[in-house]
Amino acid sequence: MTVGTALVLDEPISMWGGVDVHTGRICEQGHPQHGESLQGKILVMPHGRGSSSSSSVLAELLRTGLGPVGIVLRTQDSILHIGALVAEELYHVSCPVVVSTLDIDGGGVWEIDDGMLRRVEK
Amino acid sequence: MDLDSDDRAMLAGDHGEAAAMAMRLLVAVGRGQAAPHLIDIESAHIDGCLYHGRAGLDFARRLVRGGGGVRVPTTLNVSSLDLLHPDLYKGDAVTAGLAMELMDSYVQMGCRPTWTCAPYHLEPRPAFGSQIAWGESNAIVFANSVLGARTNRYGDFMDICCAITGRAPLTGLHTYEGRWGSLVMHVDLAGGLLDDDLTYALIGHVVGRLAGSEIPVLIGLDRRADEERLKALGAAAASSGSIGMVHVVGVTPEALTLEAATGDAPHGVGPVIDERGLETAFRELSRGTGRLGAVSVGTPHMSYESLLRLAAMVEGRRTRLPFYVNTARNTLERAPAQVQLLEAFGATLVTDTCTYITPIMGDIDGDLMTDSAKMAYYAPANLGVTVRLGSLDDCVVSAVQGRVVSSRWDL
Repeated sequence: MTVGTALVLDEPISMWGGVDVHTGRICEQGHPQHGESLQGKILVMPHGRGSSSSSSVLAELLRTGLGPVGIVLRTQDSILHIGALVAEELYHVSCPVVVSTLDIDGGGVWEIDDGMLRRVEK
Repeated sequence: MDLDSDDRAMLAGDHGEAAAMAMRLLVAVGRGQAAPHLIDIESAHIDGCLYHGRAGLDFARRLVRGGGGVRVPTTLNVSSLDLLHPDLYKGDAVTAGLAMELMDSYVQMGCRPTWTCAPYHLEPRPAFGSQIAWGESNAIVFANSVLGARTNRYGDFMDICCAITGRAPLTGLHTYEGRWGSLVMHVDLAGGLLDDDLTYALIGHVVGRLAGSEIPVLIGLDRRADEERLKALGAAAASSGSIGMVHVVGVTPEALTLEAATGDAPHGVGPVIDERGLETAFRELSRGTGRLGAVSVGTPHMSYESLLRLAAMVEGRRTRLPFYVNTARNTLERAPAQVQLLEAFGATLVTDTCTYITPIMGDIDGDLMTDSAKMAYYAPANLGVTVRLGSLDDCVVSAVQGRVVSSRWDL
């Protein structure tokens, strides 16, 4: 089971080119949440964006502990999914990637248990 | 998900540990996408050979140790190093060593050392309707949209898992219905704009922003949207959005008509793409300070045809500023005379990698000018530079004069 504060992005990001792999912070120029850290958060965005290198960057962030603890998308994104699966395979770090249409826009603390998303507190 | 006997044998480890891990990951992703079964693929293009940290290398090492080898013809994307011009690399030696090991690992698994992000410029090209597994966002859009080959958006790891198993989950863009356009957008631009190369890069940027993960269908373009322009459009759309395919009605092979492009599924209608939208896109991507420091063209890797065009443009001229041309080693080999012209101009030719992903350009004193919306999208965060966008002609004239010269886009 994963618990974390939801980081709800106003715009999707590409893990590669959009997140600094050395700090885990959003570095895309002009992104509304520029500078925010993904570490320990449940990352919420409608879908992925951009580069197919995002799988590698996600796996690397999970290896170094700078990554999110879970990812919630509106539509499945295999680029993020495989990044999380490989981190689990290599380092036994879990970062479930789930598809949900629940309203998470208000943020708060959420848990992901066996692929199910639930609000823990506002 | 149904697995055939060969899939199950791989999963059980009959073909070695690497094939077992690759199949295990493929099945997990396929289940996540609710794929009914796996299909055979004819070729693969690997994005995972570019070094981003230990995770990518740990994975490749695990595959090599487990006896991993590709089952289908497989090309390799750009890496972090230019093996033909090793002195260009200004990064640290430790990273270079790890990047080299990553590259070697993929070659060891039987991939062709093509080192290009534009594998569609190589022979043989995937045939119309063929099932492939390609990584590299711009290559994915080109393969689907322009060639009519079928690939989902594959990320690092997934690309080599498909190559090793020769299989991919049957979902999304691999299926007939999964290729139907879901968001129709009208392009309403004056004729002159459609003769300008940069217009197509800007359209792509807008399309990626607006379409998100939909399959956009563009109406209002014509045959002037040739391969080079579609390449620029797709690369931009795949940077600003999560785009795997773009239909251009009357131009791309699965969009002879609007009805063919959208199929039987309901589709939305997006905002009109007009000149004002392109101006906004230009301002988003082109935030230069006004003082020009360097020029970089060829993102994605410049084609043979464009290299010829560029060489003709620079003949007898001399750049005042550092001028980089990114292209495939395969293209370089085909154009020795043009390479001489470009070197006489003062250009630095970069192969195997690209100036926006690895330290080659060093500190730039002023803006970086480029004709690529993809470069403009990523370079500010990757390299910490300010970018000025211009057409290829503008890039050449500006380099010669040592200041930004713009024929059209000067907002």
